[in-house]
Amino acid sequence: MSENVSIVIVSHSPAVARGAADMVRQMVGDDVRIACCGGNPDGGLGTDVGAILGAINSAWSPKGVAILVDLGGAETNSEMAIEMLDPEKSKRVAICNAPVVEGSVMAGTEAACGSSLEEVKRTAEEFQS
Amino acid sequence: MTKNLISRLIAKIADSICASADDLTKLDQAIGDGDHGINMRRGVEALLKQGDDISRQDFSTALRKAGTAIVMSVGGASGPLYGSALLAMAKTASSMPSNQAEVGVVVAAGIDAVKARGKSDAGAKTMLDVLIPVHREIENGSSIDRIRRVAEESATATKPLLAKKGRAAFLGERSIGHIDPGAKSAALIVHAVCEVLEKR
Repeated sequence: MSENVSIVIVSHSPAVARGAADMVRQMVGDDVRIACCGGNPDGGLGTDVGAILGAINSAWSPKGVAILVDLGGAETNSEMAIEMLDPEKSKRVAICNAPVVEGSVMAGTEAACGSSLEEVKRTAEEFQS
Repeated sequence: MTKNLISRLIAKIADSICASADDLTKLDQAIGDGDHGINMRRGVEALLKQGDDISRQDFSTALRKAGTAIVMSVGGASGPLYGSALLAMAKTASSMPSNQAEVGVVVAAGIDAVKARGKSDAGAKTMLDVLIPVHREIENGSSIDRIRRVAEESATATKPLLAKKGRAAFLGERSIGHIDPGAKSAALIVHAVCEVLEKR
């Protein structure tokens, strides 16, 4: 299972993050490691750098981690979290420029095929057009 | 003196942000997601909580610890923006700046980090529209009074701008006519720093 790219879902809303993760899991079962996080450090709507770091580490795969985010702060905080990882790890994490729910499902199914991080990212981002 | 100055800066910035938190939230409700005041308050509360430790450190370490506290606590885009500014300033400042030109160099590093993190620049209706003119005044050797005035005027001057970044950009032309909350919080911080330095 650790041979596949993992998926991390970051939403302002914990419920959205969990829901999107459920949808990916339904598609790919245990073939892809999925972690999600949502909510600010007080539990309100927002995102939390510490929680994002935790999600990346808990889902870690040597093949890489694809992150799907919703709005502005989720992306900014995810970029911050990636910079705070070990440099060796941060090279293998990518944020996908895609809608969070659809992008997560696309990325998850691509990852389940054993694709590379670049391929997973491309598939998630293709959905936009 | 150093330690004293750092703790006074933290206290003044926290006072100023907490006193205006509701106003920041109101500005953000108009053109954003309505959490800027709440997020900024969470940030300064984290600074206050770690204030004793931070103010014991040398200037660079204090900036780094403050930046990390902000990044880990704020929960909105403003956390990584202000946090990255502090972390970049920490890397540039080997010691407490001893004159205005040195302050300018440190502030410039912070502004570059905000530009990179936010993928933005002047004129996009963001905190940069306050920070950049303030930096120009610092470099020109302007008085503290003038720097403070330019910060306030620059925040107000974001009102007619069209937002190009953050949630406000979704509103397009409807973002015109409102002061940017990030510009406002930046002006509050500059104001607080000026107050402390003036009384030194």
